[in-house]
Formats: sequence, structure tokens, C-alpha cells
Amino acid sequence: MIFAVISGLISAAILPIFSRFKKDLVPKLYPFIPLGIFIYLASFLQHVVSEGAQFWSYSWIPSFGINLDFRLDGLSLLFGLMITGIGALVFFYTSYYLKEDKYLDRFYGYLSMFMAAMLGLVLSDNLISLFIFWELTSISSFFLIGYKNEDDSSQKSALTALGVTGFGGLVLLAGLIWIGHVGGTFSYTELLNSSEILQNHQSYIWIVILVFVGAFTKSAQFPFHFWLPGAMKAPTPVSTYLHSATMVKAGIYLLARFTPLLGGTDIWNWTLIIVGGFTMLYAAIHSLFRTDLKSILAYSTISALGILVFLLGIGTEDALLGAGIFILTHALYKATLFLITGIIDHETGTREVTSLAGLQKIMKPVALAGYLAALSSAGVPFLLGFISKEVMYEASFHFGSWAILLTAALVITKIILFVAGFWVGIKPFTGSLPEEHKSAKMPSPLLWVPPVLLASLSLIFGALPWLLDGLMQSVFTSMLPEAPEIHLAVWHGFNWILGLSLITLAVGLVLYYTLKPSKKLIENVKTFDRIAPIQLMENIAMSFQGFAEKWTGFFQNGFLRNYVITILLFLTVLAGYRLYDGVDIHLDWNQISQITPSEFLVVILMVTSIIFALVTKTRTGVIVALGIIGLANCLFFLYYSAPDLAMTQFSIDILLVLLFMLVLFQLPKNRSFSTRKIRYRDGLLSLMFGSLIAILALEVFEAPSYSEVSDYYAENAYILAKGKNVVNVILVDFRGIDTMVETVVLVIAAIGVFSLLNLNLNPKSKD
Amino acid sequence: MELLLIFIIGLLHAAGIYMLLRRSMFKMIIGLILLGNGVNLLIFLLGRLVKGKPPVIDEASKVFTEIYADPVPQALILTAIVIGFGLQSFAIILIKRVYKVLETDDLDELNSTDEEI
Repeated sequence: MIFAVISGLISAAILPIFSRFKKDLVPKLYPFIPLGIFIYLASFLQHVVSEGAQFWSYSWIPSFGINLDFRLDGLSLLFGLMITGIGALVFFYTSYYLKEDKYLDRFYGYLSMFMAAMLGLVLSDNLISLFIFWELTSISSFFLIGYKNEDDSSQKSALTALGVTGFGGLVLLAGLIWIGHVGGTFSYTELLNSSEILQNHQSYIWIVILVFVGAFTKSAQFPFHFWLPGAMKAPTPVSTYLHSATMVKAGIYLLARFTPLLGGTDIWNWTLIIVGGFTMLYAAIHSLFRTDLKSILAYSTISALGILVFLLGIGTEDALLGAGIFILTHALYKATLFLITGIIDHETGTREVTSLAGLQKIMKPVALAGYLAALSSAGVPFLLGFISKEVMYEASFHFGSWAILLTAALVITKIILFVAGFWVGIKPFTGSLPEEHKSAKMPSPLLWVPPVLLASLSLIFGALPWLLDGLMQSVFTSMLPEAPEIHLAVWHGFNWILGLSLITLAVGLVLYYTLKPSKKLIENVKTFDRIAPIQLMENIAMSFQGFAEKWTGFFQNGFLRNYVITILLFLTVLAGYRLYDGVDIHLDWNQISQITPSEFLVVILMVTSIIFALVTKTRTGVIVALGIIGLANCLFFLYYSAPDLAMTQFSIDILLVLLFMLVLFQLPKNRSFSTRKIRYRDGLLSLMFGSLIAILALEVFEAPSYSEVSDYYAENAYILAKGKNVVNVILVDFRGIDTMVETVVLVIAAIGVFSLLNLNLNPKSKD
Repeated sequence: MELLLIFIIGLLHAAGIYMLLRRSMFKMIIGLILLGNGVNLLIFLLGRLVKGKPPVIDEASKVFTEIYADPVPQALILTAIVIGFGLQSFAIILIKRVYKVLETDDLDELNSTDEEI
């Protein structure tokens, strides 16, 4: 099983090497990968139907509870078959559709990667591996959508899609981790037993919101729907694959998967009903305002996804069954429509529905596929669409007090989708062929066989629905553990539901003949673009960037002293608050030594020189003050038993003053640049910082000190190192290597000084 | 005495930071030196003040027989003084060069690295 899942990834990985030698073989060989997996998965059909879910487990990171556990039940089998089945057809279709393309091999790599990610997603039993595959689909679809990478709008669409779905993925991760935390395991199968715990937990609502955001972004629910029409920039095979059976259904899969775990509560059901219901209407109406075939399909896809979310929200037996059937129905007819759109585009060079008509004279099989798909989408009897529509109506019609409203919304949506489906599947083929398309040719069988195959499946399953009984029963069971036995049939007898179906068909037909797609309609809705979610998202993205620029500009302003101010201010406020909040200082007067008059004199000298250094206007004055400060320091060292320090300080101080004096005449005048206000600000900050240091010093001084290290050095100075001056011994013996490195630093500084003195940037004028 | 020293340490830090924040490079170096002095004194103080007992072992004995000043902070400060001198002298020469080449002492005028010299 693991090989089946990752074979797509493997084939994508070896592709660059493979295609270097046998580029022509890529489109001939790669379609057999999904085909092989399809057959492999189909071989489990009987097991799954009769025995229930199958499991495979591969250890991955057991210490985190993350394993590659695969679970094949009805739901994952249905999705797996759609992914590989439609995948295989798309792979074959592509080999002709993009025959001339320079990067066809690369395209197959992306497709295989995407297929593997989708397969992993629907088969994962472990929530974390589910998330990883979820993100992989976002990433690989980014490459697919942005395949025409020289086109600006393609790039933008790909980024939008990645942004929206990637964002949703991260939110989902939070939700999944939370589920794992509450339920105590990341294994879905084990979690099924603790659904009560999850639903009664106080963070249930947060988990549901996080999972919803993940599912809604992926499945293009309002207000995250806008990435989907943009993703139509991708080549048609990609649109077929992503939008009929895989990518956008991932969110639906997630919701269906989690229905037995999290579903059945009011918040779950009503959120889904409202979001799904609004999306299905909103997008269906939108699709009427489009003339590009792919745009119509994009919006009708969003609408169909809305229907699915809506059904999962209703959550009754009929609704879940309806969702299961509609997933398959929609995949079959939508993939067909996308594929014939690709053919039309390929042969005539246009996708404008207004200019297309009468193509059935040229491409009969394609037209046949189009008719069947459109009829299935409309829900005409003996096609699969009819059965799913019946079950759907049944579900909403029996949904308590809100039944009328919900059924009305559903019927309206279905009517509009009827029209949209006819526009794409029927209108381009009927009527008289316009002059400009007379030269169109019958496409290669590689192009027309896949849609015909899919369309005939719609017909076969629609006419003989009992063929699906087994599969749908196990799909049903995986959404609803105590599902009743089902028997799908075309004929349910005369009842209200049949009446609603007839109304749908009749009104749809009338609308199709009265409402013609036109560009004028688009103009009318342009004014609403301002408040469209995509516009809002762009605005947010732009203002976020603006904010980031301001933020960076404010903090990274290029003035080092502003950085110093920021750091000091933060430090002072933070440490100051801590000191204020919880620290008392008790002075132990026994620790404090007496002040002798000579020491007091030095203190006075020091304070005066510091203040003098601050206020004096002459440079000589400052340097003299510095010298005095250094000497006073030296005296402190002397008073308090540090003769070595005193000596060093003394010589260094003299050297420093001498150096300053030597370069003094070359130094600039002592000017003041800052305004009074800035000086006060800096003065205040300095005082705050100085006080902080003083208080900290007092604090540390009060704390008991430990002297193991000092004692060790003092006791061993003579015994081990044969030296009596302990400070010297430490420097040249115990820490001898440190001192050597220090000397190296001094040498480097000396070299720096020397080269700066001799540096001549302008060779012409020797200084 | 310790309290007075703490006051001086605080003052040195405050003065050092104040000078460091000035736009003139000359004053910046003064700030650097003041800060260095302040830090040295701080380390010295935290090693506890002991009067008249340098950490030198008596001629006659092999180990200390009475109380002695902590040698570790002293070793640290000695290193710090020397390294500080290296840094300060380099900085002094550097601003001398900068002034000579660019004829300005104002840090705000040194905001470009690409200028023709």
C-alpha cells in the first residue's frame, strides 16, 4: 500500500533523470502509474464492501505518535478510485493536449506528485500524516496552477491559491493537534471511540472552527472561494483534475471524514448549512454572469461544493447518502465538461460560449459526451445526476421546520446549475456552425475517449444504480457507522420529490431558452467587485505589506543610536518593572566599610570630572577629565588591594591620554548637533539606565557570594604554578591560553591602527 | 564606601550612555571609555572590597594564612583594561581617518557606503 501511495512521489523524483535520456517516453509511460494504482485499489473493492475498512501500518516517528497508517474504507476507496481513475484519463488526455509543450515532462512530474499527495490524504489514518499530505496537495497544486509561469496572471492565481489553501492548512494543523491533544491519540480509527469526549470537551467549538477553516479554504467555500476561479488559469487537464475530483474535494473529504467524529452537534450542522447554502446560491448565480466556459465551470464547481457542504450540514441519513452519491456524480460530469472544454479550446482556439455553436457536426463523440454530462448535471432520469438529486431533495424536504427554505434554496441552485451545465455541455454543439469555426477538426482519440468514457459511466450508473450499491453502502457506513442498508433505484414512485425534480427540469429548460449568456451581464455586476472577497484579501495583503514596511522602517531605521535607545529602553522598563514588582533591598550595614577622608576626596574628584567631561565644550578639557577619571579609578584599585590593576590602569590611562593628545589637532571641532529636546530625552534615558545599573549592583552586592573558584586559584597558585602573585598566576598560567588569545586581539588592533595610519585612499595626494 | 562606589558606577554608566548617544563621533568614543571604566569598577565592586590585602602569598608561606582580596575579578578587569585600550585606540585612529577623508564628525552624514571618495 505504501508503495502505491508514494509511487507518484517516486516517479516525480526520478523524472528529471529519466526525462534527460528518454523524454519522449514520459507521456507514454506515466499514464500507466495512476492506471496501475486504480486497478490495485479496485481489487480491494470486494474486501471493503464485505469486510469493512482495511488497515496498513508503517512506523514513522512512533515517539510522537506519528505513523504512516493507512485506512481504506468506503470513503477513502471512493476518493482513491476517483483520484486514480480520473487521474489516469487526465494523464492520457494530457499526453496529446500538451503534446507540443516544452516542459511536458515537468508537468507530469507535478501531476504525479499531486496525485500521490491526494492519495496519501484520503488514505491517511494518522491525523498528522493527513496534514502533511494535505499541505503537499497545496504545494503541488501551486506548481500546477502556475504552470504557465511566464504569465503574470498565472503566477498571481497560483500564489493566491497557495496563500488561501496554505493558510487553511496551518489552521487545520492547529485543529488536528488539538484533537490529538483532547483525544489522546492521532489515530483516526482510535479517535472514533472517543467522539463523545471530543464533543463534550470545552474546546470542542475551537476545534470545529479550526477544522472548518481548513476545509472551507480547500473546498472554496464563501468567503474563501475566490482562489478557485483564478486557478482556471492552469491548463485544462489541471482544472479537470483539481476541480472535479481531487483538490477541492479534499475539504469535503475532511468534513465527511470527521462527521462521525465531530458531527451531529448544532454548531457543526448549522455552520455547514449556512456556509454551504450561501456558497451554493452565491456561486450558482455568479456562474450565470460568465461567458468563458471555464469560468462558468469554475463557479458551478464552487456551487456544487456548496451543495456538498450543505448536505453534510443537514447530516441526516438521506443527506449523507446524497453527499456520497453526489461526490461521484459531480466528479463524473464535471470532469467530462472540463475535458470537452479543453477539446473545444484546443480545436477552435476560443472558450467564449457566445461564439460557439454547432460543433456536433465536426466532433460527434465529444458532443455526445457533452450532452450526457449536461443531462447528468441537470438531473435527467437514467443519468446519475437524477439519483443524487432525488436523494438530496429527499434529505432537505424532510429536515424539520426549515425544510421549505432549505429545499427552495437547493431547487434554485439546481435550476441554475441546470442552465450552466447546458451552456457548457450543449450550447457549443447545437445550432448552426459559425463560419469562423468551420476549419475545426475532429480531435485525436486520446482527447475524446476520456470524456466519452466518463460520460458513459454517468449513464451506466444512472440507468443501473444497483451497480453502486456496494460501494455507496460502504461510503455511507464510513460516514455513519450505523447506516441502514441502501438500495439505489431510478424509480421512487409518484411523490413530492419527483414533483420537485420535474419543476427543476421545466424551469431550467425555460431559463435555458430565455437566458442567453452575454458579456453585458458581466458589466452589470462589475460594480460589486469592490466588496468582493478577493478584493478584500488583496487589500489586506497590500496593507499588511505596508504595515511591515512601516514597522521595519521604524525599528530598522539605520541609526545605530536609535537601536541602542530601543534596546536600553526595553531593558530598563522590563528590569525596572521586575525590580519594582518583587524585589526588596535590605542593606546590611556591617558589610559597608568606613569612608576615609582620602577616599572621599577621590570620590569628589571623580564625580566632578565626570560632570566636567559631560558639560565642557573644549576637547582638551574632556581628555583631561578622562585622564583624571582613569587615575581616580587607579586609586580605588590601589586602596582596595589590587596593585596589579592600579599599575595597568595607570599606564593605560597615560597612554590613552597621550594618544588622544597626539591626534587632537587632527580631530574635528567639538560641535553639538542635537537639539535641546533630544538631549533631555537622552539624558533621561541615561539616568534611568544608570540608576538601573546602580540598583542591580546593590542587589548583587547584597546577595551572598560564593568563592570556590577564587579559593581554588588562591590555594593552588603556589603549589601547582609556583607563583605567589595569584592574579598573575591566573593570567599567565591557569588561563594562559586566554591571555595569549588576548594578546592576539591586541596585535590585531595594533595592525588595524597601523594600517589606518598608513592608509592612503587617494594616491595622488600624499599625506 | 561601597554605596559611594555604587553611585559612581551608576553615574559612569549614565554618562557613558549619554555620550554614546551623541551624534559626534568624538563624544561617542568618550562614552565608550566612560562605560568601560564603569564596567570595570562594577566587576571590582562585586568581587567585594577588601582593604590592604592584595592576593599575593607571603614570602614565607605556600598558601594564604589570612583573608585576601578575590583574585578572579582582578584578573578579569586586568584583561578588560587591556582589551579596552586596544578597542579605544583603534576607535580614536578610526575617527581621525574618517574625519580626514569625509571631513565630518556627524554620524548622520555617514549613512551611505557607496559614496565616491
